[in-house]
Amino acid sequence: MKKTLTTTALASLALLSLTSAALAEIKLGASISATGPAAFLGDPEAKTLEMLVEELNAKGGINGEQIELVLYDDGGDPNKARTFATRLVEDDGVAAIIGGTTTGTSMSILAIAEDAEVPFISLAGAIDIIDPVKPFTFKTPHTDRMACQKIFEDMQKRGFTKIGMISGTDGFGASMQAQCKSVVADYGIEIIADETYDPKDADITAQLTKIKNAEGVQAVLNPGFGQGPSIVTRNFKQLEVGLPFYQSHGVASDGFIELAGSDAAEGVRLPGTALLVADLLAEDDVQKPVVTAYKTAFEAKTGTPVSTFGGYAHDAFLIMTDAITRAGSAEPAAIRDAIEATSGLAGTTGVYTFSASDHLGLDLSAFRMLEIKNGTWALVE
Amino acid sequence: MTPKLTPKLATLLVLAALIALTPFFFPSGYYYRVGALIFVNGIAVTGMVILIGYAGQISLGHAGFAGIGAYACALAPVHWGLHPALAVVLGAGISAVLAFLVGRPVLRLKGYYLGVATLGLGILVSMVLNNERELTGGPDGMEVPDLGLRDLLKDWGLNLSNGEFWYFFSGLCLLIGAWLALNLYNSPTGRALRALHGSEVAARTVGVDVARMKLQAFIISAVYASVSGSLLALQNKFITPDVAGFMHSIEMVTMAVLGGVGSVLGAIFGAGILTLLPQLLTVFADYEQMVLGIVMVLVMIFLREGLLPSLLKKFRGKDE
Repeated sequence: MKKTLTTTALASLALLSLTSAALAEIKLGASISATGPAAFLGDPEAKTLEMLVEELNAKGGINGEQIELVLYDDGGDPNKARTFATRLVEDDGVAAIIGGTTTGTSMSILAIAEDAEVPFISLAGAIDIIDPVKPFTFKTPHTDRMACQKIFEDMQKRGFTKIGMISGTDGFGASMQAQCKSVVADYGIEIIADETYDPKDADITAQLTKIKNAEGVQAVLNPGFGQGPSIVTRNFKQLEVGLPFYQSHGVASDGFIELAGSDAAEGVRLPGTALLVADLLAEDDVQKPVVTAYKTAFEAKTGTPVSTFGGYAHDAFLIMTDAITRAGSAEPAAIRDAIEATSGLAGTTGVYTFSASDHLGLDLSAFRMLEIKNGTWALVE
Repeated sequence: MTPKLTPKLATLLVLAALIALTPFFFPSGYYYRVGALIFVNGIAVTGMVILIGYAGQISLGHAGFAGIGAYACALAPVHWGLHPALAVVLGAGISAVLAFLVGRPVLRLKGYYLGVATLGLGILVSMVLNNERELTGGPDGMEVPDLGLRDLLKDWGLNLSNGEFWYFFSGLCLLIGAWLALNLYNSPTGRALRALHGSEVAARTVGVDVARMKLQAFIISAVYASVSGSLLALQNKFITPDVAGFMHSIEMVTMAVLGGVGSVLGAIFGAGILTLLPQLLTVFADYEQMVLGIVMVLVMIFLREGLLPSLLKKFRGKDE
């Protein structure tokens, strides 16, 4: 009884996949956290994907075929993301998946994608997504560890050896705090004060006072995300700590300067992407054309400033369409092989070169060290 | 023994038939996943029926127990080499002990104290899971080992896909859970619970140990929530603290109340609706919350016993 049942189900499944393959359209799936606690990230990502698909279809699609985007909002819930990923693979029959705004949702989607052998490009930060390398999973954002390395490199250049850290306890802050602690020794730097705050805290002066009073502290780093770092920055100014202050790539947006106030944010350094400083890039910078084009199109379309996170989705879509074009087919396995062969592809986040052992494809040069000067971004040479 | 169609038997038969027959209408493997989710939620909600429907108590922190069940399956196999199936039992045990410790003092009081205490408990569990990064992986979550049952079935010649396996396995667990809950309904404990639900004073007068009975119902429902969390973790093979989040607690209560908190089948029906709605409403994702809210308000005003019991009553005629 159960046996026939399985066979019937499998037969209908096979029939379904046949019909969907016969359509002259390339189906791309996406599960993004456009609402919920990660909406700050997911909203620009969803808007970016919709805009790019529209743009590409107006230009005639890929290899003469139109793209159909199947976009679901998982609300940041990994359980929902898993269900939507199953739906994309089993029901919608997509050729590839973009998404996973958060690490949790990405981990859920990648399990389904690997099982179904469908290429998946994640938009989340954690290194666990691509380390160890999984055959069908790729990602576009830099890892937290790279952000730590970039910051410590800059600190080392300025001769700091003793620093304080104030980290958010959310996923982003906690993950980056752990990564920073694991690489800090490589730069001859010692963390002599290590404090945390809840992202919902309205005041963080107590923790900052402890750091301020720590013996010999030369600089402070704040891994965090959302509005927490803005409050930290304001408190930092109110307490007159007066030390060089580093933020993470998690707040690399104009919104941060606005929330913290340009007065308090003055002099704050953080590793950001080329997207944030599109106008300041050198004319011969390989990223300049792609960054400028995306920024102009996105801002014209939505009326809101571009964010790094929308850029991650832009790059995932760019890598995907580039791979499909080169593969000349929308077969998941062919797309996967083509993604892995991507070389020197300039996106908004950096220049991507994938290989069998590297499914992130970025190095430290993708980050630019930025400093907030007079309420706007400046490149640190 | 003459096979008489008692309400209990009828409920179980309807449930079993639904679980066994709906797959014939599944156009793709994705529906197995949705079905499995409905069953997993159904288990937690069956526990809510015992607590809210039978005993008339409310808990706003049952996701905390689901979280304990889920993380037991993630942590115990890694740290103590426990088999995942035993980890389910361990999680249920821890949940029961915790429910006892919280429930014992609180349930001596009348009124909404349990609601407030469980609210705090749920948030505490969720905070611990979020903050004990070294142990739980923090908000990024952690992987859960495979249950191994699917491979075992494969050795026996029954080759099910992952989705199919979890559909039938959680369906079976739900059947067992519903059977136990229905047995309880007609047992002396069940009768005592329903009596104290009607009137605590009257129940006490006829010799019901009100505090002890309420405590039992609370512990049993905590175990249901814990098992549901465990099954979710084992099915997803990946777990984040979201499972213990406040919204999940509210979801459990909403599912039970929407479907009909006095009836096991009704509550499972509610779980089905609230699990399906977000999938059906993907096109209107922006209005999902609004639609849910409107459905809830309408049910509360017009179908006060919950969707299923009220509708059944309508079909049978008003004189029942």
